[in-house]
Amino acid sequence: MRLSVAAAGLIKRYDKVTAVDGLDLEVLEGECFGLLGPNGAGKTTTIEILVGLLAPTAGEVRVLGERWGVNDPFLRSRIGVALQETRFADRLTVREVVVLFRSFYPKGREPGEVIREVGLEEKAGAWTGKLSGGQRQRLALACALVGDPELLVLDEPTTGLDPQARLRMGETIRTYRERGRTVLVSTHYMDEAQRLCDRVAVIDRGKVIAMGTPSSLIESLGGDLVVEFVLSAGEVTENELRGVDGVRGVRRKNGAFHVTAGEGHVTVPALLDRLRDRGATPGRMTIRHATLEDVYVNLTGRHLRDE
Amino acid sequence: MNRALLQLVVTRVREILRQPEAVFWTFLFPVLMSVALGVAFRGERPDPASAIVVEGPGASRLEASLAADNAVIVRRAAREEAEARLRTGKAAILVVPGDPLTYRFDPTRPESHLARSRVDAALQRAAGRVDPIPVREEPVREPGSRYIDFLVPGLLGMNLMGGGLWGIGWTIVEMRIRKLLKLQLTTPMRRRDFLLSHVLVRVVFLPLEVVPLLLLSRLLFDVRVAGSYAALALLSLLGAVSFAGLGTLVASRARTTGTISGLINLCSLPMFVLSGVFFSTSRFPEAMQPWIRALPLTALNDALRALMVDGTALAGLGAPLLVLALWGAGSFVVALRVFRWS
Repeated sequence: MRLSVAAAGLIKRYDKVTAVDGLDLEVLEGECFGLLGPNGAGKTTTIEILVGLLAPTAGEVRVLGERWGVNDPFLRSRIGVALQETRFADRLTVREVVVLFRSFYPKGREPGEVIREVGLEEKAGAWTGKLSGGQRQRLALACALVGDPELLVLDEPTTGLDPQARLRMGETIRTYRERGRTVLVSTHYMDEAQRLCDRVAVIDRGKVIAMGTPSSLIESLGGDLVVEFVLSAGEVTENELRGVDGVRGVRRKNGAFHVTAGEGHVTVPALLDRLRDRGATPGRMTIRHATLEDVYVNLTGRHLRDE
Repeated sequence: MNRALLQLVVTRVREILRQPEAVFWTFLFPVLMSVALGVAFRGERPDPASAIVVEGPGASRLEASLAADNAVIVRRAAREEAEARLRTGKAAILVVPGDPLTYRFDPTRPESHLARSRVDAALQRAAGRVDPIPVREEPVREPGSRYIDFLVPGLLGMNLMGGGLWGIGWTIVEMRIRKLLKLQLTTPMRRRDFLLSHVLVRVVFLPLEVVPLLLLSRLLFDVRVAGSYAALALLSLLGAVSFAGLGTLVASRARTTGTISGLINLCSLPMFVLSGVFFSTSRFPEAMQPWIRALPLTALNDALRALMVDGTALAGLGAPLLVLALWGAGSFVVALRVFRWS
C-alpha cells in the first residue's frame, strides 16, 4: 500500500515552546486518517507543516511521495486543504470565492457542483461576510474540493458546528472518499474520529502516543465496556475492585470509579457482589461502550477537554 | 494572461467596486484635493505688497503716496506694532520716515523683495521721478506658461504615487492582518500572480485617477495637454505601474497598519518635497540633482510636464521613462523575493 503522507521525527520549536516534539505519522493511500487530541496538542502545527505552510525545525515530510520545496505548485495542485476557521474577503459571494479557487488549479471540478456537494447552493449568491461559522467551514471545504485533489487535509473542520452541520460535513467527506481518495483530518471530537476514520493517531504534547484503528485502540484498554459509578455509602479501594472477575482496569477520579470490563454479564454482577461484601452502596451506576476518549484518558490521565 | 491572474484581478476589482466609500477615498478624493490645491495656487494675479508706514514726521504723506499705488496695500502703525507685524509675516516691509528714508525688510523673503521695489517705485514716482524709458506691461495669461500649468502635471504625478503606495500597500497589509492569504497559499496559486494582480488592478482603475483631474483642470483652469493623449495615457500607465511595483515592495514585510503608513510616508514625503510637485527641483543644490532625478516621482513629473506643457513626444523622454521602468520592475522583483506570505 502506498503512503499518502509520511512524517518522521517531526519537530517544530518556537522561541520557548515546542509545538511538535518528534512526531511520526504514516497515512495510507485511500484511508481516512484522524489526528485526535486536545487543543494545544500540536495538531494544527503538524497539519501546517504537512501542507507546506510551515517549515519544521527538524524532521522529514513526504506528501504523495514528494518533498516540499521541489515542485510545490505541482504538489499543491494535488492536495486540497481546509484550515481551521478560515476567513474570506467579506464582499465576495460564495460562488465567486469557489470560482477563484478553481482558477488556481490546472484541472478540477465544476464550482456549482462542489457548492451543491457541501450544501451551500442556497447561499451561492450570498456575500461570505453574511455566512454563519458552519457555512464558512463548508465554503472552506468547497475550496479544498474544487481542485479535485488526491489528498484532502482538514484541520478541525467541525469545531464550533452544530450537530446537524457536523453530520453534513461527515457525509461530504464520505462522498469524497467513495472515489478511493485519502483524507487527513484533525479533530478533538472522539465520536467523530471514531465514526469517520479508518485509523487515528492520538496526539498529546506534540507526540503520537497511540496509533491504530479506533476499535483496536479501544480493545487495547482490555475491554470495550466502561462501568461508571459513585458510592452513596461505604468505601472501597481501587485494588479491591481490580481482583473482580472480568475487570481490566480501574480508575478513580473526583470520587467516581471508571471500571473497564470485557464482558458485562459477568463483570457487573461480580462487581456488585464485591461492593456489597465491602459494605459499600453504589449510586448512579452506568454502563457504556468504551470510546477513544477512554483511550486518551487511560494514556494521559487527562480528559480531552481538560486544557 | 493566465486564468488565475485574470480571476485574481476580477475578484479584486469586484471587491473594490462593492465598497463605494473605498472608490471615493482612493480615487476621487485625491482628485478633489488636487483641484483644491490648484484653486489655492492658480496664481492668477499676484497679491499686493503689504507695507507699513511707521509713525513719525511725514508719515501721513508717505502713506498717501503709497495708497495711490494699487500694487501696494499700506497702513500706518506705531514702531512697536509695525515691528511685530513684520516679524509675524503680516507685513512685507516697513517704511520708516526720516532722511534718508529707511526700508526695513527681510531680504530672504521673496515677497519682501517684491514689496521693496514696488514701494520704492511708488514713492520715487510720487516724489517726481520720471522714468527715462517708457515701458508697457503685458501680463501673460497664455495657457501653458502659468503656474497652474506647472502644478497640474505635478499633482497628477503625486496622485499616481499616492494611489500606488496607499492603494496597494494598505490592501496587502490588511489582507495579511486578516489572514485572508493563508488558504490561498495552500493552493497552487503562483505568488507572482498574486502580486501582479494588485498591479493590474491599479491599471484598471487608472482612468478614474487621471481623467477627472485632467477634465477638471481643463474646465476650471483651462490647463491643456500640448502633447498627444495617447502618449499621456501611456506615460500615466507606466507611472501607475512603477508606483504599483513600489507599493508591493513597501507592503512586502509590514505586519501592522502602523508600519505600513510609516513606510509609505517615508517613501512619499521626501518625494513630495524633492520631486518638483509644487516647485521646480532646480531650487535644490547642484550636488543633489542626480539623486533627485533618480527618484521615480521626479522622473514622472518631469516627463508629464514635458509632455503636457512642451508637447514633447515619448521618444524624447527616454531617461525618465527608463527611471520609472527600473523602479517599477526592480521593486516588484525585490518584493517577490522578500514578501512575507504567512
